[in-house]
Amino acid sequence: MRPRTRTRVVEPSRLPLRELLAEALAGVLQRPARSALTGLGTVLGVGAFVAVLGLTATASARIDSRFSVLTATEVGIEDTGGPRPDLAGLSFPVDADARIQRLNGVEAAGVYWPVHLPAGSVRAAPVGRPSGDEQAAVVAASAGVLAAAEPHLVRGRTFDTWHDTTGRQVAVLGAALAARLGIGTLDTQPAVFLAGRPFTVIGIVDDARRGPDPLLSVIVPRGAAARLWGGPTQDRAKMIVVTRIGAARQVADEAALALDPAHPENFTALPPPDPRTLRTAVTSDLDRLLLLLAGICLVIGAVGIANTTLVAVLERTGEIGLRRALGARGRHITGQFLCESASLGLLGGLVGSSLGVLTVLGVALARDWTPVVAPVTVAAAPVVGLATGLLAGAYPAWRAARIQPAEALRR
Amino acid sequence: MSTPVVEFRRVGLTYPGPPPVTALTPCDLAVAPGEYVTVTGPSGSGKSTFLNIAGLLDTPTTGRYLLDGVDTGPLRDGDRAALRGRRIGFVFQSFHLLAHRSAADNVALALLYTAARGRRAAAERRERAREALARVGLGHRADAVATRLSGGERQRVAIARALVGRPALLLCDEPTGNLDTGTAQSVLALLDDLHAQGLTVLLITHDPQVAARGRRTVTIRDGVLREVGAG
Repeated sequence: MRPRTRTRVVEPSRLPLRELLAEALAGVLQRPARSALTGLGTVLGVGAFVAVLGLTATASARIDSRFSVLTATEVGIEDTGGPRPDLAGLSFPVDADARIQRLNGVEAAGVYWPVHLPAGSVRAAPVGRPSGDEQAAVVAASAGVLAAAEPHLVRGRTFDTWHDTTGRQVAVLGAALAARLGIGTLDTQPAVFLAGRPFTVIGIVDDARRGPDPLLSVIVPRGAAARLWGGPTQDRAKMIVVTRIGAARQVADEAALALDPAHPENFTALPPPDPRTLRTAVTSDLDRLLLLLAGICLVIGAVGIANTTLVAVLERTGEIGLRRALGARGRHITGQFLCESASLGLLGGLVGSSLGVLTVLGVALARDWTPVVAPVTVAAAPVVGLATGLLAGAYPAWRAARIQPAEALRR
Repeated sequence: MSTPVVEFRRVGLTYPGPPPVTALTPCDLAVAPGEYVTVTGPSGSGKSTFLNIAGLLDTPTTGRYLLDGVDTGPLRDGDRAALRGRRIGFVFQSFHLLAHRSAADNVALALLYTAARGRRAAAERRERAREALARVGLGHRADAVATRLSGGERQRVAIARALVGRPALLLCDEPTGNLDTGTAQSVLALLDDLHAQGLTVLLITHDPQVAARGRRTVTIRDGVLREVGAG
C-alpha cells in the first residue's frame, strides 16, 4: 500500500443519488416487458403476503364481532356438587339470582334445571287421553333466566321474582308446544297440567337469544318446581349470567365465591372464550400455511430477480466497460445494478400490495364481510419487495463491479 | 516544450506466468499536445495491451506512465477511473452506445460521472451533448434512438461522446473497423478536422491506410514498439 500523503491530483468521479436513481430507472424502463416478467415473482409473493394477512384480519374481525355480541357477554355456571355430588342435589342457594345480580357488570342471572316427569305428563286437560307430547321438556327456571334469555314473546308475559318466591304455578310455553296442546290464546286463561298439577299459562315465546331452547318447553318458576318435585334429579342445575361487555371474565372469577363463600368449590364458572386466543386458534393453522406459501413466492421472486439481473449483467458487460471508461468507479456500477433490482422489487411490491388489497376487497364483497387490512401490512409490503430486490441484486451487482473494464470493452 | 499528453517511460507489461508472457516490451513514447499519432500492427501484436495501458484500463508492470503530466503509477483504482473519465475520450470499434437511449443521452452519459453536480447539472449536460453532436455534424439527430442510427452516425455519436468532456486525449481503437469504406472516410475526415482544431489524437488500427492518416505512426510487432520514419 502506498501512503496517502500526496494531495489528490484528480478530482474523483461521483454519481449523485438523483442521477443514480435516474440511471437505474432508465435501465428498468428500457426493457419494460422483461422488467414486468422479472417483477412478477415479487408481485405474486407480496400480493399473497398482503392477501393472506388481509383475509386473516378480515376473518378475525368477523369472529370478533360474532363473539362480542352474544358469547362474550355470557357466563355459564355449573353446579358440580363439590366432592360428593350425590349428597348435594342443588348447590345454588335460593337467592342465587340476587347474589349474582349484586356483582358489578351483571345484567341478568338465573338458575335452571330440567324437571324429569314421566312421559306424557304434559297435558292440556287434567283427565282423558294424553294429548300432550312426549318430547315436551319441563324446565324449572328462576325469574332471572327469562330475563337473561331475552325471549321473544308471542303472547302474554314472562314470570318474575314474585311468581318465583311465592311459588305460583304459572308457566311460559314454547310456541310449538302451545300449538300442539291447542293453546292459541291467553284470553281464556288456559292451563297446562304437569303430572296432574295445573299451571296457568301466562306467556308464549317462540325464540330466545340464550339459554335453554324454549320452543318445545314448558318453563315453570323454580319455586313451584322445587315445592312440588324437589330439586334437580338427573341433570344438575346450571346458571346463566349475562354481563355487560368486557365484564364476563371478571364475573366468572367472582361468581363461585358470591354464590357460596363457604363452598365455592361446588361451582364451576365457564367464562366465554377469550376472543384473542380464539382468533389465534382459528386462524393460526391456515395462516401459517398461507404465509409459508407467500414466503415461497417471495423467494421465487427473489431468485427470478437475481437470475435476470445476473443475465443482464453479463449481457451488459459492454455497457459496464463503457461506464468504467467514462469514469465510473466500481461502486457506481454496483450502485446502479443494486438500484435497478431494488426498484424492480419495489415496483413489484407496490403492484403486489395493490393486488393483495383488491383480493381482500373482492373476497369481502363476495361474502358480504367487512374488509380489514392492517395499515402496517400495506405499508410493509413494498418494503418487503424492496428488500427482496436488494437481496436478489446483491450478488449480480457485486459481480458487475468486478468486471475488468479492459475485458468488458473487448466485446 | 509543453508537457506531453502521453508519456511512456520504459513502460512494459508482462503477464505473470507460468510461463510469463511479455505483452509489451518496455518502451518509451511521448505524444505532444495537438499531435495525431497512429499505432499500427497486426492482430495479436500487442496493440490491445498498448491501448489498455494508454487508456488506463490496465496497469503496466514496469515503467511509468504519465498522462497529461499526472504520474498514473501511484493512483488508486478510483482515481484512475476519474482520470480516465476526465482526460481521455474513448472511441471504440463497436461504438458501445446504449441501444435504448437517444443520441443526446448517449453523449451526455460521458458527463454523468465527471461533470459538476448541481440543480442545473442535467440540463447543462444535455446542452453540452447537443453542442458536441453539432460539432460532429449530427445536431439534427440528437433525439434519435441509438438503434435507429446508421453505422457512420453511431460512430459520430461515439466521437461526440468522447469529445463532450473536453478530454486531453482522444483514444480511438479501430474506429473504422465496423464501417464501410465511404463511411470510414467521412469518420476519418472528422478526426482530421478535430485534430486540426487542436485535439490530441491517438488512433490504434491494423489498417495501414488508416494509419497513414496520422502525422506520425508507431508500429507494434510482437510486443515491441517502434517509431516509423523520423520519430
